[in-house]
Amino acid sequence: MAWTWFHRLASPPHIYRIAGRLTPWLGWPAAVLIGGGLIGGLVLAPPDYQQGDGFRIIYVHAPSAWMSLMVYTTMAVAAAIGLIWRMKVAHAVAASCAPIGASFTFAALVTGSLWGAPMWGTYWQWDPRLTSELILLFLYLGYMGLRSAFDDVQRADRVSAVLAVVGVVNVPIIHYSVVWWNSLHQAPSVMRLGAPTMPPSMLVPLLMMLLGFTLFFGALLLVRLRGEVLSRERSASWIREALHP
Amino acid sequence: MRDSGTMGTALRPAFAAGGMGGSAVPALAAARLVLARDLKLAFRKRSQLVQPLAFFAIVTTLFPLGVSPELPVLRPMAAGVVWAAALLSSLLALELLFRDDAQDGTLEQYALSGRSLTWLLAAKTAAHWLLTGVPLALMAPLAGLALGAPGAAVPGIVASVAVGTVALSLIGSIGAALTLGIRRSGALLSLLTLPLDIPVLIFGARATELAIGGQAYGVPVQLLAALAVLGLTLAPLAAAAAVRINLE
Amino acid sequence: MSDFCLEGENVHLWRGDHHVLRGVRFQVRGGECLQLTGANGAGKTTLLRTACGLAYPEGGEITWCGESIRKDMQAFHAQLAYLGHEPPLKAELSARENLEYWVGVRRLLADEELEHALQRVGAQQWADRPVRTLSAGQKRRAALAGLTLMRVPLWLLDEPTTNLDAEGQRLVGALIAEHLQAGGLALAAVHHELAMTAGQGLQRLELTVA
Repeated sequence: MAWTWFHRLASPPHIYRIAGRLTPWLGWPAAVLIGGGLIGGLVLAPPDYQQGDGFRIIYVHAPSAWMSLMVYTTMAVAAAIGLIWRMKVAHAVAASCAPIGASFTFAALVTGSLWGAPMWGTYWQWDPRLTSELILLFLYLGYMGLRSAFDDVQRADRVSAVLAVVGVVNVPIIHYSVVWWNSLHQAPSVMRLGAPTMPPSMLVPLLMMLLGFTLFFGALLLVRLRGEVLSRERSASWIREALHP
Repeated sequence: MRDSGTMGTALRPAFAAGGMGGSAVPALAAARLVLARDLKLAFRKRSQLVQPLAFFAIVTTLFPLGVSPELPVLRPMAAGVVWAAALLSSLLALELLFRDDAQDGTLEQYALSGRSLTWLLAAKTAAHWLLTGVPLALMAPLAGLALGAPGAAVPGIVASVAVGTVALSLIGSIGAALTLGIRRSGALLSLLTLPLDIPVLIFGARATELAIGGQAYGVPVQLLAALAVLGLTLAPLAAAAAVRINLE
Repeated sequence: MSDFCLEGENVHLWRGDHHVLRGVRFQVRGGECLQLTGANGAGKTTLLRTACGLAYPEGGEITWCGESIRKDMQAFHAQLAYLGHEPPLKAELSARENLEYWVGVRRLLADEELEHALQRVGAQQWADRPVRTLSAGQKRRAALAGLTLMRVPLWLLDEPTTNLDAEGQRLVGALIAEHLQAGGLALAAVHHELAMTAGQGLQRLELTVA
């Protein structure tokens, strides 16, 4: 019983249909949560006594940074599943994740830089978290670069899957070493991006944004996945029926 | 291993007993043979080994030229420069690891040898370290001295670079295996390998910096050793998986 | 005869959108040689590589002596020798050194065996020169010497007669015939029929381009 579910999940036409149906179920709640979170964070929450209104960018920065890591992990897990059980759809999921994750990483870097600018006086400091995000961006770019270097999609899938698994193992190691490196040089704390202590009025919108971003990622992933499936299966017969019902 | 009862016993003398469970050549002996072969081959093409070292020297020279000739200015960044140069040279040297064997079918034969590909690739990586990492470790103190390091720092520099290059060779073997089939993969290989090398750079540069400052450098070297051990257990596995995928 | 048997059942393999192997079926037993024929691009090399486990078929199965080769790939590989288009020889080593390493990784090689194999392929004169100084035909002969030294029941050969003159082609036929007589089996992708007398366990399988 359970196996038929698993095998149907692996079938591209089935995935295409399910992804299409699920997308609004993720998309609309995401829009509501993000909307609510933005209002709560940008308008309703009180200004921080230390950072003033500048800290509000955390409502975009923190979810972006969190998602950049979560998407990488999702990508690595999907890649591992595709590698071990030879599921084409799992590889399609991993391929769909990469540009989304890279975008989140980029957003985290930009918002982090904007956040720090008033405090630092410059647009960049080698803050440990920002530095880790930058390295994560390189990991994403490497993954996407490796994929695009192969003409054969199947080989691109499998080789980049090995890279994704190696990468996910390294992310904590890299992060730890960057934190260690930063702590050696005892930069003054104003140089570090720090979240202010959070009363509930600040925390609730943040959690809403976090959840909203997660659902948003889910919806985006499904949309990209459908496109990915279409492009991979372009010569298959079910495509014509799916597109012209 | 499979039950050998179904095999025609009359054929046993003709075909090696190595076919079933009891290997005629155990994994370690096969690995040693691969190591010996790589060393012998490299020796016959000695000129190729000099190139990464020359690159290391040139890169090191760029910094005084680009920044300042004054040793008091160079000394604080000596550790970082030595390590950045070492990382880049080790990247260059990765070309030597799998490319030849992939092109002439030797790697394929390893994958079909009935021996563990992981072990054989670990042996190749060990040979690679002996041929590129060790010479780099011996050259690094010269670069350090040229950038203002005191003579007493030499053992520390050698130790940190020697241990660090073990990790670099192992991490690099993964990237090299992933990009086996790609032509002109130099830039991509760098993009894949350098982020993974960053922990090695951080710990290694710290160890070298402490050595230059005359302080105890044991802790970062231990961290480097931990990375090397982790690499030793995981990298050949990942490299073997990547090689097999590229042979498909 | 012997119990060795390599079977392929309903093998399907795609390369991208190209359906290269479309339900291929074959069976080779000990003492038999299956010749794969077909135009370029018909999938001969692909089938060989699938048979030895390098390529993974999307459908169907390869079995060795009744068991899927996926069950214990290392043990299966220990029983086969694969010779691809290019002889796997390092240019900087001599033919003799190459064989020492190539075969030595798999089994303990005695000096007399090595000498005998080199003599068999007519390599005494050039066995100690670096391979880069050898002609393509000589390299192919060196590779054949290595093949005989493997002492394995299954031979997978991709166009074994490439670059060989008429005498070399007869050598290939003779080596395979000896191998079959000892109970071994062979799968060979060929453009022309092997120089073996029919009835010596020869079969043919023709592959076509999709």
